[in-house]
Amino acid sequence: MASNGANGKEKDPVLVVIQQSGGNDFMNTVIPFENGHYWDARPTIRVERDNMVPFTDDLAFHGAAEPFKGIFDDGDMAIIQGIGYENSSRSHFRGMDIWHTAEPTSVATEGWLGQVIRELDPDKKNVLTGVSIGRGLPRAMASPGVPVASIGNLDNYGLMTPVQIEEERNKDLDIFKRMYSPAFGSGVVMDYLGQTGRDSLTGADILKKAPEMYESTIEYADNSIAQALRDVARIHLAGLGTRIFYTQHGGYDHHAQELPSHEKLLAELTHGITDFLADLRAHDAADNVLILVFTEFGRRMRDNGSGTDHGSGGGAFLIGDRVTGGLYSEYPSIDPADWLNAEDMRHTIDFRSIYATILEQWIGVESQDIVRGKYEQINPFTAA
Amino acid sequence: MTTLSESRGEVATGIALYAHLLRRAGFSATRAQIEAYAKRPYEEVVEELLNPQDQPEIDENRLIRYYPHYGTLEDYNGGGAGRWYYRMVNSERHLQEKIAFFWHHVFATAWHKTEHSPTIIRQIELFRQNGLGNFSDILLDLSRDPAMIHWLDNNQNHSNRINENYGRELMELFSMGIGAYSEHDIKEAARAFTGWTYRQPMPLYPYGAWESSYEYDENDHDDGEKEFLGHKGNFNGQDVIDIIVKEESAARFICRHLYNFFVADEPQVPAWSIEPPLDTEAIDIMVNAYFESNHEIRAVLRAMFNSDFFKAAAYKRVKSPVEFVTGVIKLSGEYTEPDPGFGEMAAASTAMGQELLNPATVEGWHTGKEWIDGGTLNERVNFAVEHLQKTDAPGVIDITDRLAAHGRALSPEEFLDECLDLVGPMTIGDETRISLMDFANSLGSIDFSADREDALTNVTHMLRLVVAAPEYQFG
Repeated sequence: MASNGANGKEKDPVLVVIQQSGGNDFMNTVIPFENGHYWDARPTIRVERDNMVPFTDDLAFHGAAEPFKGIFDDGDMAIIQGIGYENSSRSHFRGMDIWHTAEPTSVATEGWLGQVIRELDPDKKNVLTGVSIGRGLPRAMASPGVPVASIGNLDNYGLMTPVQIEEERNKDLDIFKRMYSPAFGSGVVMDYLGQTGRDSLTGADILKKAPEMYESTIEYADNSIAQALRDVARIHLAGLGTRIFYTQHGGYDHHAQELPSHEKLLAELTHGITDFLADLRAHDAADNVLILVFTEFGRRMRDNGSGTDHGSGGGAFLIGDRVTGGLYSEYPSIDPADWLNAEDMRHTIDFRSIYATILEQWIGVESQDIVRGKYEQINPFTAA
Repeated sequence: MTTLSESRGEVATGIALYAHLLRRAGFSATRAQIEAYAKRPYEEVVEELLNPQDQPEIDENRLIRYYPHYGTLEDYNGGGAGRWYYRMVNSERHLQEKIAFFWHHVFATAWHKTEHSPTIIRQIELFRQNGLGNFSDILLDLSRDPAMIHWLDNNQNHSNRINENYGRELMELFSMGIGAYSEHDIKEAARAFTGWTYRQPMPLYPYGAWESSYEYDENDHDDGEKEFLGHKGNFNGQDVIDIIVKEESAARFICRHLYNFFVADEPQVPAWSIEPPLDTEAIDIMVNAYFESNHEIRAVLRAMFNSDFFKAAAYKRVKSPVEFVTGVIKLSGEYTEPDPGFGEMAAASTAMGQELLNPATVEGWHTGKEWIDGGTLNERVNFAVEHLQKTDAPGVIDITDRLAAHGRALSPEEFLDECLDLVGPMTIGDETRISLMDFANSLGSIDFSADREDALTNVTHMLRLVVAAPEYQFG
């Protein structure tokens, strides 16, 4: 799905994954407001009619997610309704692990995107093919022998960063590089450690350019997801060849105090995404970018006190200039007679279908080994 | 292929031996502590470490006074982890904390399923109390632990409908390893553990995390005859454990775990059924101690710590994030009090890939070189550099005082060697030595009688380079 840039050069497709950590309440994000079962199941943790933005005859976005209506109306958003898998795990970590490895039944160690990065750059020519924004590498991006840059703070990224004086730090880095160039035959672990250290130095060196080159009129909000997306924009616009970006927005585990907190998070996320799109478009750098927003599971149908417990059957969003906007799959039935185990939404599409769609139709790699099987794909993209 | 570990085969002596022992049998120690131990016969020190109950218990009251919510009714894993870090850094019962960490590593139970801090904290307390004891007691206590029962669904293991999860992992991950039993044995073990459940006094939401307790439901126990690993009888869970601990496979599996944790990096656990141990002789020595002592972990560790294969294993393991973080903090001498910010230790090791009390799955953490990737290496190096470049850190001041105590200027080579000695003692490869010597030469001889500020600056500069060296990733 490569497209041509302003200079006529082919632009490689880029994927930006945004993980909503904690289990987003899909039913309070994309609300089936004309269905009486919604109001019955959620006597307390509901979005009132005056706080929602209808975008079809029977579905509305949470009022805090109003920017999504603009994207949807522009035809740039595919909503994947009822995404999930059989026997959905209610454990955050196990649930996330399943999404990260595309393996629901046994424990896998390789992340699905780690494998993609290896496919895209088998000779490790670019240590920035995969970039994760945030502290700690998500398992989705981890795969043995695949270098991935994990960036806590782009403006202060790299090794020896606690050393404040730049001249001293540069000297330290020279020494570091020599220490991490062990003689041949120092042992496999030492060789690996040396390679990792040198890759990290290379990545940090290249990344230094990104903040320097960046110019924009967009003012991102001062919250973690907006700033993370700004980092993605800065790296993407620097043209460093990054194909897979990963970032996270935490706090969706709303067992209590859901209403005020969920509202705040949805506003942060949706405004962050519109700012990000506007930034990319202003630089003519949006048409080769696809955003995937996902969460590890939905919430329970019925509310509980001031929140909702872990459930299943969430929703995901594909966003981008080349997305064919609309509703995909079916909104799970919210009639209590259809509830899974009498308390949960039934998923209507397997998450690996969406992975396969992205892998084959967007990134252009074989999906079967990565998602471990053949899954029916959807068709959410327009040609370049 | 040779590994770093293979190239270091010498038996450590003197202060290096005691420092090595304290890094493995504890979470490292201050130089003063190591020197005090080094004045005593090695085997006597091993014996003292093996009996942590004879040392004073850590006073957690100070910590709880400052952080009253830690590990109490709040569903907050960082609190439990922070509290444990405080103990790792400050307890005088070195091996008590280390063996608890070992069992946490093997019986990997996570907060994320229970979201119930008290049960997780109580499980770790259990390991502190029984972790050096008899393996059958350890497995029995584990099987009755509410956090474990919930984690592996034994509360859903009923006489009329078994749930195999605990029966399977008890053998595969906790005692014998894959291949030592059949699928039929798993089902029979699961039957034996029916009725082993726990009681939860009230729901977590909105009442808070009250402690759970073990409960044996006789009416839900399948009392019929079972056939397990070739034995027949109306077995209950205890009988299954008694059979397991006598198995050769259990002895070998648990000794290999101990070797991997305390001596040198083995391949990842799932490969153990295929790949032989690094040092079969070492495992034989440990297995003999296991059977001779009638399955006492303390006896296995005694044989291990006192053996030459242990003494020759300094710097043969990649430090786990928890060991890395605690090692740095012991060296910098910080957080001997619950000072503001000490929770950073838990956050740092999480960023390095090891969230204490919260492993991703029951398989636990992968070890050795798998701790290292581009992201985690940055985190490790920067954490160490940040703490060792603090001119006001007690450990850094102590090192400077010790260097100054020579009462004369130190040549560049002496300066480097002394720093390496006080950090480890740490041995380094040629490239690291040449690089650090170039730096030392650029400073010239260091005169500690002149400007104290200058001396501190030079010391912290050398220390931050030493802890950034690849060799420091090992311990």
